[in-house]
Parts: sequence; C-alpha cells; structure tokens
Amino acid sequence: MNTVIWFAQLYIAVLAGFVGYQMIARVPPLLHTPLMAATNAIDAITVVGAMVLAGRGHGWLATVLGTIAVASAMSNVVGGFLITDRMLAMFRPDSGGTAAPKTVAATNGRGAH
Amino acid sequence: MGRDTIVLAAYFVSSILFILGVKSLTHPDTARRGMQMAALGMIVAIVGTLFLHEIVTFRWIIIGLIVGSIVGYPLGMWVPMTAMPERIAISHTLGSLAAALVGIAEYYNAYQLVGGTGVGRPMMAALGLEVLFGAMTVTGSFMACGKLQGFVTEKSVTYPFQNESNIGMFAIAVLMFLYLIVAPGAQLVFYAMATLATLLGVLMVLPIGGADMPVLLSLFNAYTGLAAAATGFALNNYVLIITGALDGASGFILSVAMSKGMNRSFTNVLFGAFGSGTTAAGAVGSAEGLAVKPITVEDAAMQLAYARTVIIVPGYGMAVAQCQHQVRELSDLIERRGGEVKFAIHPVAGRMPGHMNVLLAEVDIPYARLYGMEDINPDFNQADVALVIGANDVVNPAARDEPGSPIYGMPILNVEEARSVIVLKRSMNKGFAGIENELFYRDKTFMLFGDAKDSLGKLISEMKNV
Repeated sequence: MNTVIWFAQLYIAVLAGFVGYQMIARVPPLLHTPLMAATNAIDAITVVGAMVLAGRGHGWLATVLGTIAVASAMSNVVGGFLITDRMLAMFRPDSGGTAAPKTVAATNGRGAH
Repeated sequence: MGRDTIVLAAYFVSSILFILGVKSLTHPDTARRGMQMAALGMIVAIVGTLFLHEIVTFRWIIIGLIVGSIVGYPLGMWVPMTAMPERIAISHTLGSLAAALVGIAEYYNAYQLVGGTGVGRPMMAALGLEVLFGAMTVTGSFMACGKLQGFVTEKSVTYPFQNESNIGMFAIAVLMFLYLIVAPGAQLVFYAMATLATLLGVLMVLPIGGADMPVLLSLFNAYTGLAAAATGFALNNYVLIITGALDGASGFILSVAMSKGMNRSFTNVLFGAFGSGTTAAGAVGSAEGLAVKPITVEDAAMQLAYARTVIIVPGYGMAVAQCQHQVRELSDLIERRGGEVKFAIHPVAGRMPGHMNVLLAEVDIPYARLYGMEDINPDFNQADVALVIGANDVVNPAARDEPGSPIYGMPILNVEEARSVIVLKRSMNKGFAGIENELFYRDKTFMLFGDAKDSLGKLISEMKNV
C-alpha cells in the first residue's frame, strides 16, 4: 500500500472529523442519549470489515474470529438502529394546550408511521 | 472490476446517508427520518459488501448476520428506557469487540501469509490503535455495564498506587505499540499488547464511581469510534474511516460536555483520576446538628395544587424508581389546576448524557418543556415550587458556596431560588459524591421521605382530592 493512499485516508479522517465535530456540536443536550445510540449503530459499520474476514477463507482462525465479529457488530446494527428509532419516536413537540387530548399529541411527532 | 465498483459505490452512498443521519440529530423533528435514512445506508453497505470479489464463502457471513440479528433485536426492542445507560455500555462492548477481533485477525493473517514483513508500518500503526482502543473498551465498557447493572459494585474500588500502576501499564501498552511500528513482526509484543489493553479496561473502570458514569460512557463512545476509524485505515475502507471519525467526534464532544457539567478537566477525566475526590468528601459539609423539615403528603399536595409555576428537577433516582409515569401524571394534575410545569435537566443528571430527556419523552412530555440548565436557571426565582425527584449533587449549593467542597465549581440548578423546595428522597443518605447537601437544611426546603414512586403515587391521589 503506497503513501498516496495513506495520505488520502488521513485527508478523509481529518475532514470527516471536522464535519462531525461541527454537526455534533449543534446536537441539543435533549438528544444526547439518542446521539450516543445513533453513533453506536452507525459505528457498527465495522460489520463490513468483519464480513470480509469471515468470508475470505483465510484459515479457520480468521474465519471464526470474523464470524464472531460479524455477529457482535450485527447485533449493534439491528439493536442500535431499533433503539434509536424507538427513542426518537417518543420526542414530540408541544401540542399547545395542556388539556390537549393524548391521541392528537401522539400522532403529532410520529409522522413517519 | 465491475463488482468492486458496485461495492465502492455502495460505500459512497452509505457514507452520505450516515452523515445526513447524524446531521438530522440537530433537531428532534428531523432526527427520526434522518436516522431511518442512516439505517438504509447500513443496509446498502452490508448488501454491497456481499459483491466483493474477495469473499469466497457466504456461509459464515450469513450465520454471523443471523446470530447478530437475533441478539440485536431484544437489545433494541425489549430494553426499557430506564436501562439505557447499561444498554449503551453493552453496545460499546459489542462494537469494540468487533473492531478488536478484526484487528487481531488481520494481523494474524498478514503474519501467516507473508511472514513478519507482511505488515507495513502504517498498517501496523492502524492495527495497533485498533486493537489497543478496541480491547480496552471491550472489558472497560463491560465493567461499566456491570457497575450500572449492579453485578459489579457501583462504588469506586481503590487500592494503593492505583493511579500510578494504571498510568504505568497504559504507558507500557503505548510503548509496545510504538515498538510494533518499528518492528511490526514482533508477534508476541502484539498479543501482549492486546492482553494488556484488555486488562487495562478492567483496572481503569474499577475506581470509577456511579456518578462519573456519564463521562465514562462518553469516553468509551469516543474510543469505539477511534477503533472503527483505525479499522478503516487498516482495511483502506473510507466508509469506516468516516463513521469512526463521526463517532469519535461525538464521543469527544459528549465527554467535554459531561466534564464541564461536573467541573472536571478533560485530562482529569482521561487519566482515571475519577472518584479520587470522594475520599476526602466525608469531612466536608457544615450541616452538622441541623435538622431537616419533613413534610406530609397532604401539605406537599396543597403546595403543588396552588402553585402557579412548578419546576420539576429529575435525577437518577427517577430512573431507579422508574417513576416517570407518575411524574407525568402529577404534572398533568398541576396543569389541570392551572399551574405551569417545567422540567429542569442538568447536563449530568442520571447516568448518561440526556437520559432524563428520554425518560420524560417516553411518558409523552413534549420536549419544549424540557429545559437545559442555562435556560431554566433564570426561571427558578419566579417558581413557586421546585420539586426535586431523585437528584442530589446537581442541586447542592456547596458547589457554589463552599470552596473546600469536592464539587465546588460544578454548575448547579438554582433550585434554592424558588419560593419553596420539595425534595423527594428515600432517606438522608448522601449523594453519589458522598457530600452533605445543605439544600436539605434550608428554611424553605421540605423533605418528603420514601420511595419516589410511592411518594408520587400518594401525592397524585392527594392532589385529586384537594
């Protein structure tokens, strides 16, 4: 692997880190728990590295480690996105009056259904 | 060629979807849709990977994917919102386990196939970082989960020369890492480093007490990200680098926010001087000989019923007692009688960043009524009642008034400015920082002792009769 590629990787890491910092600094404390769950879910993209390992056929040890890695990353993919969605579905804007019927309020923030 | 182009295109698409997904989290109204797009990005990446020409057998991949899905589903759907800190801790363990295993296997492969010269130096640097941070987070985050769940003591476990030995071991691990960059073929050093990092994860978390969990969880969030980014470097996979960087940034920002919320410096957080203040804590506090004023449920209900503005301050106690539904019911009752209810959320309330917001959102309290510390603090002097539910250190005036206190300088909620303060508390036990809370002895503070859920239940039935 040559130097050009390593520098390209560094560029990407630095730029992504910068973009990430700028965006995430604007995430309100209100959503800090979903943020952590979400970054965890996205981070489980290591599953693709694990898949290569498990499917490349480079000896039994690499295959076993790869398979375990696929399973643990995949459980973060499935669990992470589900729990993030569960949490984000609960946040709803103020429906106005305090006596607003619950059904109206419930449909308000859950447009995706 | 054609197949690899498909894979690269898939990764490109998912990178964009991930970035958009994280960006959507800047507002609660866009967040859900954005994260659904990110989930789509994940599916694109996984399906795309199947086209890689390197993959010769699908059997183990499919098995891994199925097992992971079976484990992941309950972790996503069945875990109650009150257990979110443990849930996040365990997912850090799983995520970094994947990264660490990939790192170890890649090193093993390169070594087996081409011998000691098979691993280049930049590659070794990436693999080393991946395994170092990955292995440390696997056990460290598992310990954190244990402390939160209760199968490891939540108290800070200390022994002589703890900090010195931890820092020393960390230094040795770093030296091993540097040595490997010089001599990537030193197999034994590589595995020794991985083992040492695994051990360090445990030792690092031992001294950390329950109240410091928000910082710890944020820190592991950053470590998991670093491990993933390093994996991306090692595999030359840009989508891994990008997501790792995003995760690292989020962990870093949260760690800084949490350490600010506790008035700890970031280095203090990084180098495990956590709970060290608590040993000196017992002596502090000038409450000796003072008496608290208990209040009956009837009187408390009366105060709440006639209050025009009530600010509710939830803390970890609310999560422990799982009484968020009762909190909601009480706030409805106050509002029905014409009072206004606001919620004051301290940045480090609970065991992880933002936990209180999730619990209150769970019971359908609109997010517009959940106020951050800076937004709500000016409102306390206009509030008739501040109702403190299971919070302690974040409302302790010693943080402002007593330079000798271990929490001195920590920003707090100005509850004592409210016309009257009602504190729901199990007993007179000290907070997690082990510090006496003078607020409880103030003239306008009334204590309602008992389990928060019980007390709220009684308050609710009493309110209905007022």
